Amino acid sequence: MFREALNEALREEMQRDPKVFCMGVGIGQRGGSYKVTVGLLDEFGPKRVIDAPISEASFTGAGVGAAITGMRPVVEILFVDFSVLVFDQIINQAAKFRFMTGDRGRVPMVLRTQGGAGNGLAAQHSQSLEALYYHIPGLKLAVPSTPCDAKGLLTAAIRDDDPVIFMEHKLLYMSEGPVPEGDYAIEFGKGKIRRQGTDVTLVAWSNMLPRSLAAAEKLAAEGIEVEVIDPRTLVPLDKELIVESSKKTEHLVIVQEAVRRGGVASDIASMAQHEAFGYLDAPVEIIAGKNTPIPFNLNLEQLCVPQEEDIVAGVKRTLGAGG
Amino acid sequence: MASKEFLADLYRQMYTIRVFETRCIKLYRQGKIRGYFHPYLGEEAIAVGACAALRKQDFIVSTHRGHGHCIARGASIKRMIAELLSKDSGYCKGRGGSMHIADLDTGNLGANGIVGAGVPIGVGAGLGSSIRGEDQVTVIFCSDGAANNGVFPEAMNLAAIWNLPVILMLENNHYAVSTPIEQVARNPDLYVRSAGYGIEACKVDGNDVMAVYEKTKEGVELCKSGKGPMVIEAKTYRHAGHHVNDPGAYMPEDKLKEWKARDPLIIGRKHFLDHGTTDEIKAIEEAADREIESAIKFADESPEPGVKEFLKAIEIYEG
Repeated sequence: MFREALNEALREEMQRDPKVFCMGVGIGQRGGSYKVTVGLLDEFGPKRVIDAPISEASFTGAGVGAAITGMRPVVEILFVDFSVLVFDQIINQAAKFRFMTGDRGRVPMVLRTQGGAGNGLAAQHSQSLEALYYHIPGLKLAVPSTPCDAKGLLTAAIRDDDPVIFMEHKLLYMSEGPVPEGDYAIEFGKGKIRRQGTDVTLVAWSNMLPRSLAAAEKLAAEGIEVEVIDPRTLVPLDKELIVESSKKTEHLVIVQEAVRRGGVASDIASMAQHEAFGYLDAPVEIIAGKNTPIPFNLNLEQLCVPQEEDIVAGVKRTLGAGG
Repeated sequence: MASKEFLADLYRQMYTIRVFETRCIKLYRQGKIRGYFHPYLGEEAIAVGACAALRKQDFIVSTHRGHGHCIARGASIKRMIAELLSKDSGYCKGRGGSMHIADLDTGNLGANGIVGAGVPIGVGAGLGSSIRGEDQVTVIFCSDGAANNGVFPEAMNLAAIWNLPVILMLENNHYAVSTPIEQVARNPDLYVRSAGYGIEACKVDGNDVMAVYEKTKEGVELCKSGKGPMVIEAKTYRHAGHHVNDPGAYMPEDKLKEWKARDPLIIGRKHFLDHGTTDEIKAIEEAADREIESAIKFADESPEPGVKEFLKAIEIYEG
């Protein structure tokens, strides 16, 4: 299970390296609101599994200070929507310390957070805000979509000497999937082809990845073979994988749960059309969340983020649009 | 009883900061320093007194008005001026400037361009020390301006609930940029806020280097015995505006005169003259003058940062 895989990564890294510690609201005694940190307090004690007050900006800043002075903190911000309270410490401090000190200072901190719609938590608890962090030089950005990747990417993030925004999705925590035993780290910037295909390249991350795979199965029944690429990390991004696949299939679709405007999909589309312009048979298609805060009503909530039908329709649209 | 050598060193450091800032203002007017910097003129006793109570393994966190802290913690004057002149030989390879000088070798976690941002970072240094079971103390220099910023009371509370070995050295120079303390706080004694968080706190004459030193020493002992944190509000006054381009027109002349009569250098000199002579003072000052001029020469003759090297360095952000 996804959340158990995260738990394994945390546990194994904390066993391996005494400098690793966790901090967040309700992560210790309660084991985390999404049960990611269950059991860690019992095993590692309150000095390394810290229940913080609701003081996100300052405890994240404390993470920065601890990281600068030799520790490897894993700070949890329970909802990505709250991370905007921490902008200064993430964007002005963590992201820039290495640069501003002429490469002498490092901030080996992981900021774990989660976003996404689908639980009826409404506008301030359902956003997908990866674009905000994608835009800041000095931050790496991981968007795991499977339990295997959750463990491997979190392990890599903890071992990284620079700050990583580790973006989980609330609907993925209980998703199932194989997780290899033991110690493994997935290299950042190496995406994965989740499904081979010949007709269209589809890039999707986080919760849009399983949804896209489901859409791909439906499309296969109609004779359309979709190549589904999971970038795994948005910064760094496996541009080569996306471009090579786009050149092969000559059609590119990008699926993003986040609001369309200013989202990561637009940047990937811009890059891909530039690199593969001569190969593409149709404009790059982006299927994204509507430009709106997320509503509470279930039907409206689903309307606002891409569903399987939207992905299927989008793929067909791009195939119909060109030659 | 403080030794003659100790008092000489305190005076030397304060005088060095005074000359450093004064010469840098001149360099700024000559167009050799760009952007802004925030002179520490008039506040020298706080940085010097506080740092004198620290050991090599301790940490400091600085503010936007950070040259004094940096010098008091033993930074290289050459590399500081080179950084202000944005040369490659500067602390940050010319990429940081005044507000981003850090010297990790002397436990200086850096100046900061965001008011108050250093407070949680300093608390984090204390947290790391506590988790490792080591006894490093962190002095967090912060300001009256920072005291009204959200992360300040938040971070103070974290230090309190986790019993962290940190000393918040609140430099109250009576102005948050241009706004006087009376307009932004009902009670201008900011240290009393700490009582609400259960933190030991006090005020001290920020212009008397020995008073700051003694109080910081108390704080260091408290922290080392696991009874931290501590808040020390050092009362002081700027001799100039907020930054090098601010004439400080909002600072009443008579008040400035009052505070200049209690110039930290005058007080520091008096402490030394209990043991030493005015000739020895002169020697200290002349040596410091020479050091600064030599540092300016070093910085002047240093090359600019290379474009190729810079472009290579930022490849890590390519993604």
